[in-house]
Amino acid sequence: MLSKSQARFFFMGGTIVTFAIFLGLSWNSLSNEVPKRTHEENLTPQVIRGKQIWESNNCMGCHTILGEGAYYAPELTKVYDRRGEAYIKAALMSKTPWSPRGRKMVAYAFSEEKADDVVAFLKWIGEVDLNGFPPKPDLKK
Amino acid sequence: MKYKSQKVAYWFFALSMLLLSLQIVYGFIMGFAHMGMDGLHSVIPFNTARAVHTNLLVVWLLSGFMGAAYYIIPEEAQHELVNVKLAYIQLITLALVGVVAIVGYHFNYWEGRKFLEIPRPLDWLVVVNVLTFLGLIVTTLFKGKKRTTTSLVLTMGLVFAALLYLPGMIWFDNQTMDSFFRWWVVHLWVEGVWELIMGGILAYLLIKITGVDREVIEKWLYVIVGLTFISGILGTGHHYYYIGVGKVWLIVGGIFSALEPLAFLGMALFAISMYRKGEKKHPNKIALSWTLGTAIVSFVGAGLLGLAHTLPQVNMYTHGTLVTAMHGHLAFWGAYAMIVLAIISYTMPNMTGRKLFDTTTGLLAFWLSNIGMLGMTVAFGVAGVAQVYLERKVGLEFGDVQKEIQVHFFILVTCATLFTTGIICYIVEFVKYGRPTDEALEIENN
Repeated sequence: MLSKSQARFFFMGGTIVTFAIFLGLSWNSLSNEVPKRTHEENLTPQVIRGKQIWESNNCMGCHTILGEGAYYAPELTKVYDRRGEAYIKAALMSKTPWSPRGRKMVAYAFSEEKADDVVAFLKWIGEVDLNGFPPKPDLKK
Repeated sequence: MKYKSQKVAYWFFALSMLLLSLQIVYGFIMGFAHMGMDGLHSVIPFNTARAVHTNLLVVWLLSGFMGAAYYIIPEEAQHELVNVKLAYIQLITLALVGVVAIVGYHFNYWEGRKFLEIPRPLDWLVVVNVLTFLGLIVTTLFKGKKRTTTSLVLTMGLVFAALLYLPGMIWFDNQTMDSFFRWWVVHLWVEGVWELIMGGILAYLLIKITGVDREVIEKWLYVIVGLTFISGILGTGHHYYYIGVGKVWLIVGGIFSALEPLAFLGMALFAISMYRKGEKKHPNKIALSWTLGTAIVSFVGAGLLGLAHTLPQVNMYTHGTLVTAMHGHLAFWGAYAMIVLAIISYTMPNMTGRKLFDTTTGLLAFWLSNIGMLGMTVAFGVAGVAQVYLERKVGLEFGDVQKEIQVHFFILVTCATLFTTGIICYIVEFVKYGRPTDEALEIENN
């Protein structure tokens, strides 16, 4: 039967081995995959400003992006393709809560410049290679 | 209670109770908003309620873990806590940082990164606070007569949790990198080091309540935390399927996260078999219920419901839908909320000297909260699956789908009311116990 020291060895050994593999895979992803898949050359100062606006207003508190966030408002990874620039800017610059289907968004009333920054960020994120996410509706007639 | 300084735990538990109550209030705000009743939108918009709800959860659980450590470590190490005053200062500053963060969320002062919304300047205060806490725990442990496996596993969990907070404080321009390291904190906390903390507290409770030999319990503790790390570290991959990193994570994440339920199954089997093996003489039946409950519900909520959508083929459709909320609620309740409620139920009679075992209110608290939370999980699950089919398979608009599934949020809020009644019973019991007293020391020693 398993002794306590063998059990401890299982814990320590297992942890060290899997953590080492995890670090190796992470290193590979971050140095080889991320720059290509996210088109890092397109990360302009405007895109980065857009990300800052995205974060400082906690957009993830209602929406998801890359499938991450809250489930109160639509997934926005491909919103640039789906809705286009004018629609997104109208939602961001609106002085009254934007509510196309009844559910209200905070009225941010952004300036044109800030709205452009967010649009640039959303355009950039729409071009990231996400292994096929979000899926195409396959039951759609 | 064997040491005077263990009383510090009481105030951490009291803070937990307060924050848990607030967390539930904000949960209701969100439940009603999903039903279309968003009257508070201009004061507390959904993103505020959401950030407050999840952050309060994290802070009340951490406060509970800290209280547990302040109670368990002196007893296991057989040494008074090295500095009680500092522990109280740590408590007050923890509460202050929490309050400032929560109030800030109402005034757009945050950084919108799911679960890590606390702004960076406050992050540094959290770091100082946690270092103070760890300093007190580790010094007590090393000054003590004994360093038991239980106390080492618990301390290791707390130290790793602190270290893993740091990757979440780095700024990245690239959203993919940001997300990648955010999961180092969030996933490696809840599916890694927090399980060490849970395992440590669970082992302590089983040793005390079942009377089974420490060597046996601690041996299996190593096996369980071993399984946790072997599956959980590479299981981080299930968050990397669709965020802009390579396909290797689909395989690694898929395989290892499918193994994650094993650790929770181990935890459940471990608790049940130790209970069957034990003497069944301990009078604190309520604490026993919570202890066995946490082991079983965590297996269902974190283990099985996690497995339900962890494979990449499934997750492609469920990723970013209410299915995640379904898993999240029962997982956090079973694994972490219940372990904190278990340690509180066990320690309160020891700290106050009042033996309120087997009261009706206490039993009601256990059953109502569990049944309520199971009902909420089902409601989230039904809403989530309907959302997946209508939106991701049939291709309806998000907003139209949300209207279709509104009715499930009525059931959610109903079950949440049941759950809340249970929690109110628990808090009533907590208040009835009163304050901890030094006389409890003599009761224990007689």
